[in-house]
Amino acid sequence: MSDAETATVRVIADRDVCIGAGMCVYADDTVFDQDDDGLVVLLVEEPPDGEGVRRAVQTCPSGALRLAGR
Amino acid sequence: MSETTTAPTELPVYMLRDGFDPAPELGALRETERVGRARSPFGIDVWVLTRHDDVRAALADSARFSNAAPVRGVPGMPKMDEATIRRMRAGNPLLVDPPEHTRLRRFLTPEFTVRRMRRLEPRIHEIVDERLDAMQRSGPPADLIAEFALPVPSLVICELLGVPPEDRAGFEHRTGRLLNMSIPVDERMRLQAESRAYMSGLVAREQREPGEAMLGMLVREHGDDLSTDELIGIANILLIAGHETTSNMLGLGTLALLRHPDQLALLRDDPDAVGPAVEELLRWLSIVHTGVVRTTTTEVEIGGTRIPAGELVVFALPAANRDPGATTDPDRLDVTRGEVGHLAFGHGVHHCLGAPLARLEMRVAYPALLRRFPGLAEVPGTAAFRSFHVVYGLTELQVTW
Ligand code: HEM
Ligand code: SF4
Repeated sequence: MSDAETATVRVIADRDVCIGAGMCVYADDTVFDQDDDGLVVLLVEEPPDGEGVRRAVQTCPSGALRLAGR
Repeated sequence: MSETTTAPTELPVYMLRDGFDPAPELGALRETERVGRARSPFGIDVWVLTRHDDVRAALADSARFSNAAPVRGVPGMPKMDEATIRRMRAGNPLLVDPPEHTRLRRFLTPEFTVRRMRRLEPRIHEIVDERLDAMQRSGPPADLIAEFALPVPSLVICELLGVPPEDRAGFEHRTGRLLNMSIPVDERMRLQAESRAYMSGLVAREQREPGEAMLGMLVREHGDDLSTDELIGIANILLIAGHETTSNMLGLGTLALLRHPDQLALLRDDPDAVGPAVEELLRWLSIVHTGVVRTTTTEVEIGGTRIPAGELVVFALPAANRDPGATTDPDRLDVTRGEVGHLAFGHGVHHCLGAPLARLEMRVAYPALLRRFPGLAEVPGTAAFRSFHVVYGLTELQVTW
């Protein structure tokens, strides 16, 4: 459905920047996880645009997360 | 109600409080000059950032606001040679910049993942329940700080690190004085050395026979990458930051709830209300006044104020967290707010390493306390606020139930 398509976002996670604070996992654990080193892992690269994803990007303390256009 | 306040008179504006609130002067500074000057308790002048946006941006900018430059020229500070200074600073992530910071922090990050914390949760419940049982056995009144707020995080960090719980009285006393700005700097330097000496004993034991807890793990897995001085420094900061902070959130947060009974009831009765309530208490109380002082590496301009290179800057976290530019009606405690983005744990690369642990402890401890003692009440006149300390909080709070 085109509606659902426009409502996804592409998340870009920079693991060199991530400090493993886990805020993103708290914000939305269907999209973000941490590996054994504590660094961010994306479970879904283009999740539905939702409050959790936006909150994760906004609160990530290290600036490791951003949303790409489209 | 008469409340004891034990503050020395000349605290800098960024440490001044009025009960739960930052002093009106601090809010006024934020709304007028925006960037202020103050004389730190060390006796040196610092710049003070107050607005949410300014503080957040500067915290995220470790290239221009450095943690690594040792603060010099502190009156009364004993002279130390470079080697001693280096040893005293080793292993503390708060005193280095990237890439050195990244290296240190990478050793510790795996220990504080959300998943690790979930595994620890049952044990935290047990520790909390044991303390509540003990309070119940000895009956009211009780000093909530000594019987609950301090022992819970202390016992948790002991267990996590592998520090003998019977050493608690010693390190709690030492930490309390170490972070107390009304104690002369040479005395505090001595306590700092004592604290490291204590830790070096524990680290030596782990090096002979690594245990199962975090210290043993660090020795086993990173014994070759970390010097002994670094191991001591890491263990030391984790022990200090791990109990003093959360304990003040538990104490001061409980008092805040007791004085807002409707909000207390929400947190007690609705499990979904607990997470957002903890965040709001963190924001509203902002118990860490500033974090560590930064040094500008270049000239910076903030809202029309030019700060030259090589100057000391502090971030007034309570001012930033009560900024009307970032939060609606910021002085009101509202546990249903559900807003994110407070700076109580800092921001940027030094964002609190222990935040997942502290959050978990609070999410377990507040509701457990309030459910065990539904009639919990403060004994009027016993709440003792302490503002001369690096971490704001209560020295005593007598409660009945
Ligand atoms: C509610 C409790 C806590 C609060 C409010 C708090 C607050 C803070 C703040 C504001 C910072 C940043 C300081 C700065 O940038 O100058 C920080 C850093 C830090 N905290 Fe916490 N903290 C808490 C609990 C803990 C716990 C439980 C631990 C350890 C288990 C801990 C360990 C650390 C460490 C190691 C750092 C330095 C991180 C770095 O430099 O990368 N904290 N904390
Ligand atoms: S919030 Fe940011 S720093 Fe923390 S784990 Fe997620 S990506 Fe990494």
